[in-house]
Parts: sequence; C-alpha cells; structure tokens
Amino acid sequence: MENKDTSRRDFLLTGILATTAIVAGCSDKKNPFTPEDTVTPSGKKVKLLSVDGEIIEVDEAFLKPVPHVPPVSIDESRRGIAGKKFVMVIDLAKCKNLKKCQSACNHMHQVHSSQNWLKVYAMEDADHTAPYWQPTQCMHCDEPPCVKVCPVDATFKREDGIVLIDNERCIGCRFCMAACPYSSRVFNWEPSDYKPTGDEEKIYSPENSIPQKVGTVSKCDFCPDRHREGKLPYCVEACPNGVFYFGDINEDTVTNGSETFRFSELIKDKAGYKLMEDLGTKPSVYYLPPVNRSFPFENGLENENETDKKLIAK
Amino acid sequence: MEKLSSLTPEQITQDLLPKKFGKWGKIWTAILIAICLIGAYAYYRQIRYGLVVTNMRDYVSWGIYISNFVFFVAISLVGSLITAIFRLANIEWATPLTRIAEIIAVSAIVFASLIIIVDMGRPERFMYLFLYGRIQSPIMWDVIVIMTYFCISLLLLYMPLLPDLKILLKFKEKSGNALHKLYRFQGSFWQGTKAQFKISEKAITILCVAIIPVAFSIHTVTSWLFATTYRPGWDSTNFGAYFISGAFLVGAGGVVVAMYIFRKFYHLEKYITELHFDKMGKLLVMLSLLYLYFNINEFMTPAFKMKKSEAGHLNELFSGTYAPMFWFAIIGGLIVPIIGLLFKKGRKPLPMFVIAILVVVCAWFKRYLIVTPTLLHPFMPMQEVPASYHHYFPSWEEWAIAMGSLAGALLIITFFARIYPIIPIQETLTEKNEAEKL
Repeated sequence: MENKDTSRRDFLLTGILATTAIVAGCSDKKNPFTPEDTVTPSGKKVKLLSVDGEIIEVDEAFLKPVPHVPPVSIDESRRGIAGKKFVMVIDLAKCKNLKKCQSACNHMHQVHSSQNWLKVYAMEDADHTAPYWQPTQCMHCDEPPCVKVCPVDATFKREDGIVLIDNERCIGCRFCMAACPYSSRVFNWEPSDYKPTGDEEKIYSPENSIPQKVGTVSKCDFCPDRHREGKLPYCVEACPNGVFYFGDINEDTVTNGSETFRFSELIKDKAGYKLMEDLGTKPSVYYLPPVNRSFPFENGLENENETDKKLIAK
Repeated sequence: MEKLSSLTPEQITQDLLPKKFGKWGKIWTAILIAICLIGAYAYYRQIRYGLVVTNMRDYVSWGIYISNFVFFVAISLVGSLITAIFRLANIEWATPLTRIAEIIAVSAIVFASLIIIVDMGRPERFMYLFLYGRIQSPIMWDVIVIMTYFCISLLLLYMPLLPDLKILLKFKEKSGNALHKLYRFQGSFWQGTKAQFKISEKAITILCVAIIPVAFSIHTVTSWLFATTYRPGWDSTNFGAYFISGAFLVGAGGVVVAMYIFRKFYHLEKYITELHFDKMGKLLVMLSLLYLYFNINEFMTPAFKMKKSEAGHLNELFSGTYAPMFWFAIIGGLIVPIIGLLFKKGRKPLPMFVIAILVVVCAWFKRYLIVTPTLLHPFMPMQEVPASYHHYFPSWEEWAIAMGSLAGALLIITFFARIYPIIPIQETLTEKNEAEKL
C-alpha cells in the first residue's frame, strides 16, 4: 500500500508540475514512475507549487521536459479531459496591445497570415468613455450558438467546457460563423501560408488544430493539447504582462504563469464580467475591467496596422 | 375564354403540342448554354483553388451564392400558390398557368440545392449531412423540407402530364423517335380510363393539400437560417412571414414573365389571354401590398428604436452604401407594381411583362440585401483584418456561377417547354367541354 501511495504522489507531481520521470522500460515488475537509474540527485533543489497550494522542493535532476506525446484520437478529443472545466480570465487593465499572444497563437496554430484566432480590439463602449484594448478569442460558451447550428456535429462542446472543431468532419457551410456573435471563427479560404519549419506536429487532431484544413472553419481551441502536457495555452505563456489567466473552475484556480489566484476571489475582487452576457451564450472567458491601468491606451497604438489606426481615429 | 369555344379539339391539340425551337429559340438556348458553361468553368476554378476565388471573407462569409439560394427557394414557392392554392380554391382561370408555375418551382428548387453545394467549402463531404446529420440544426430542417418539396412538386408536374403524354404518343411522326420513346417510357401505362382519372384526381388533390405546409416550411426554414442567429437585421420574429410574402410575389412575377414569353413565341394568345394577365396583375398588386406590409414591419420597429447594434445596419441600408440598391428594390419591387398595376392599362400584357421583370430583378437584389449588409455589421468591431475584409463585391467567379445557375434554371424550363406541352392539353379540352355543356 505504501508503495502505491508514493507512486500516486509522484504521479501528481510529475503530471501537474510539467515534469516527469522518464518511463524507462514499462515492464510489469517495474514501477513506471520510478526515476531512471542514471539520475543522480544534484543536490540543487527547486521550489514548486503543488496542486494543494503547498510549496514543495524537488531535486533539479528530476526536472525533465515532458516527452513528446502524440495527439489524442478524434474520439478522445470529442470527449474532453474528465473532471475539468476550463476557464479564462482576461485582465484588461494590463493589456497594452503588444499582440505577443496573437503572434504566438497564429504561429503555433499555423493560422493564415491575414487571419487571427485572437484579436486585440481597440474598444470604446460609448462616447466620452475611455478606450481600452480587449483581447478576444473564442469564448468557449456553455450555450454555444455555433454548436447549436452545426448540421454535421463538426463543432462540439466537450465535458471540460471546450468548444472544438473536427476539421475532418466540417463541410464548410459557415453557418457557425454567422451564428457566432463574437466573430471568433475564421474560414480557411485557401491553404495556410504558414511556412513549416519541420518540427511541427504532423498528425491532425481537433485538439491541436494543425495542420489547418482548407475549406473548413477554425478558431481558438483553448490549447487542450497543451493541458495534456501540463502547459498553459500559447497566448497565456506569450503575454509578458500577464493579461491572461487560465485555469480550471472545478479547482477554482487560475494562473497566468507567474501569479495564481482563486478564480472566485479574483472575479469578486475585480468585478469580473463576460462579453454580451445578455445573449445567454454563457461564455467561459471572463474579463476584468480596465481600471488602474498599467499602461495608457495610446501606448498600444504603435502596434496597430494602418487600416485599424484610421478606424480608431474615427 | 370565349375564343376557345370556337376552336375544334384538333386545333387546340395542334396549337398546344410542343414545337421545335425557332430562330429565337435556338439563339436563346445557345446563350443560356454559354452562360452555363462559363459558370461551370468558374466552378471548376473554385473547386481547384478553393473558395478563395470568391470575394467572400471572414465577415461576409455568405455572399451571392446564399442570396441566390434564397431567391431560388422564394421563386419556387409559386408552384404551390398557382397549382395547389388556386386548385383547392377552384380558381379555374389559372389552369393554363399551372404547368408554367410547376416547372418554375421544380427547376428553381433543383438549382437552390445545387447552389448550396457550390457554397460549401467541402462539397465532397455533402454525404456527411446524411451520415452525421444533426436534426437540431436549421440546415437539416432545410435539407428535409426542400427534398420533400422537390418530390411533391415533381409529382405535381408529372401526374397532370399523364393525359397529355397519351395525346403526345399519337403524334409519333411529329415528335420524332427519341421523344416518342421518352413519352412511352413516362406515360404508356396511362390508358385514360375513368378509374385512372379518378385515382389521378384524388392523388393530385392530396398532393395539393400536402404541398402547402411544405411550401410554407421551405421558405420559413430558409428564413430561420438567418433568424436563428443574433445578427442585427436577421434577428427578427417577422422573418418567416416576410420571406413567404416576398416569395409569393417574386414567384407570381416569374410566372407573368414566363406567360408573356411563351405566349409570344409559341403563339398562345388564345390560351393565355389578356384576362389571365389582368387576373395575375391583380394578384401581383395584392401580393405586393402584403409584402410591403411585412417590409414595413421589418424595418419600421427597429428603425424607430435605433438600437446601437441595429443602427449601423439600418443607416447603411437607408442612406449608406447600400441605399441605392435598397431603394431600387423597394420602389421597383413594391411601389411600381402597386401603382402601375392598379390601372387597367397597366395590366395589359406588355406593361405587365415589364413590371414583372422589375419585380423579379428587384427581388433578386432584395435577397442580396438581406444576406450581405448584415454580415458587415457584426457585434465586435471589424479590426485586425486586411482592408478587403471590410467590403464585399462578388468576384467574377461568383457572378459567373450565380448567373450560370439562373441560366441553368431557365434552360430546364426551356427544354421542358420543348419536350412537353407548356399548357395542359387535356385539361384545356376538358374545360372547353364543360363550358360547352353549360
């Protein structure tokens, strides 16, 4: 029994902390979670945060990159990750339109250069109100209008709350694009102009969404393939200002990589809200209002393209 | 109708038998085939290079293919109006028009289905609709009702044709071998016995009753493809009635255009008389008033409130980029027919023909206005896209395919009139007999 317990703790550690003891020879006799024999503790300890919120120490020698995991099957991607309910919080007070989130997302998902899954809108709610930058992507609604209208079940809602697209099922009718009030969907009008570097994932899965499939709809997928590896979505990781918090509402935790909050407290303290709640779509993305800002709005203008600059000037 | 009584049955039969194409018929057919071929070439390009050959982009993700689809579905509704509703209401003057209406319905619904496949990003996955179909999706409802409507319309075209096929079979030397074989294949079982007529009558009545709810469904469901979304300009409870009333109007307009052309080129003045134009003219006025009423409902209440989400869209229609097209569609498609056809002189064949063409053309543009401007007014601002995403004007491929589909529908009607009598012979004879008995 004791042995089992240790392995469980090991498992949690390895899984959640994005580290793993490499499975060396998964024979029946061997405990698959015992570290490799060759690893000798270096004596240097690294502090890490466990799921319970405890600070724990691990020897540096045990920290290893997660090995490449092949993408899950389409059936598995339709089910989702059991016990999870993903949620995102976007802190508008911290955004200065750097678009690092966007470029990381576009690059990793091989999005066509004229399109974006994640847009940073210059918003102004009414005359005389303050403008602000608003990163927006798929809201992963709990009542998704896109899923409602799909005639072939190509876009679907998973048990972990993520809305995905099966690009091998999509017939390209674009009803979902008309139905989505957040304009978060893009259509692959032509093959993506992404230039492959050679080390991309080759096997398509609705979870990694690559390679992009011409004639079908695509959109933000909340990076479920990254969660399976214990990593945060690309946008969250890429943002230097910690605008995006990502987490699991069941655990009531969200993190932007450097700070971790109780989701419920963060939303309560900072008066979080959702976009177009009156439509009844129940988004999984929350916003924190742009108060006590880290940057003035104008700082973000330099990253705007000419067309949008003109629009904003209006 | 009085003229009809002076004709012998033989004369009537001779007059109404399908005729070979004359000079104009050949030119007309050649032009239609040429347009279809250009459309086919454009579609080949679309298949090869993808939907990128269109000018649709992420905001305007539905363009003239979809508005053309709505137009086809709309015009096909006339089959149910003239054939079914008039038949059940015992409106006898409409008899010579039933086949015209029905072939318009069938050919339009065929091209409605085709144009939807053209719009698909992955047409080779068409079968997924049946393999993985979700009945919760309004697209599936549309697939189901359109297939049903097509089948009933085809039957309503075919069953009244049977007695005529029997007549056609008598004129082997006139129709030629190939057509004779076709007639025999389609109608040789029809003996014209009393029992057969009885069954046929009953079946047609049942079909006429059945087609009315199906016809209402096809266009209501088509309107729901838009109305089930949140978009300003589409999010309307008025949409079903608005679409249906517009559909009857454009369909009736289409029938008037066809009546005029068939009358002129097949010399059917004795069969399609000024009385028919007069009656159809009155019908057009009524349908225009009805459609006007639903238009007022559609635009008046949101324009009164000018909600933020709706305001941009409405301003664009009333006084913005789309204003010329909008007012052309409203004035040409509604005001002109209402005023012009109120006068007896307006209901003569030629003015009717001109007004009916205007009604049909305006209806086509109206469908375009229903689909496209809304998509350019999303809830989120249009940012971070190339400048070309902010506008929409169809590419030549889109125009070619859309016009090709219209030409294709006309081609079906043209060939149908070449092969079959466009005015029911048997029914004309029966009515003449009945009139003489009285």
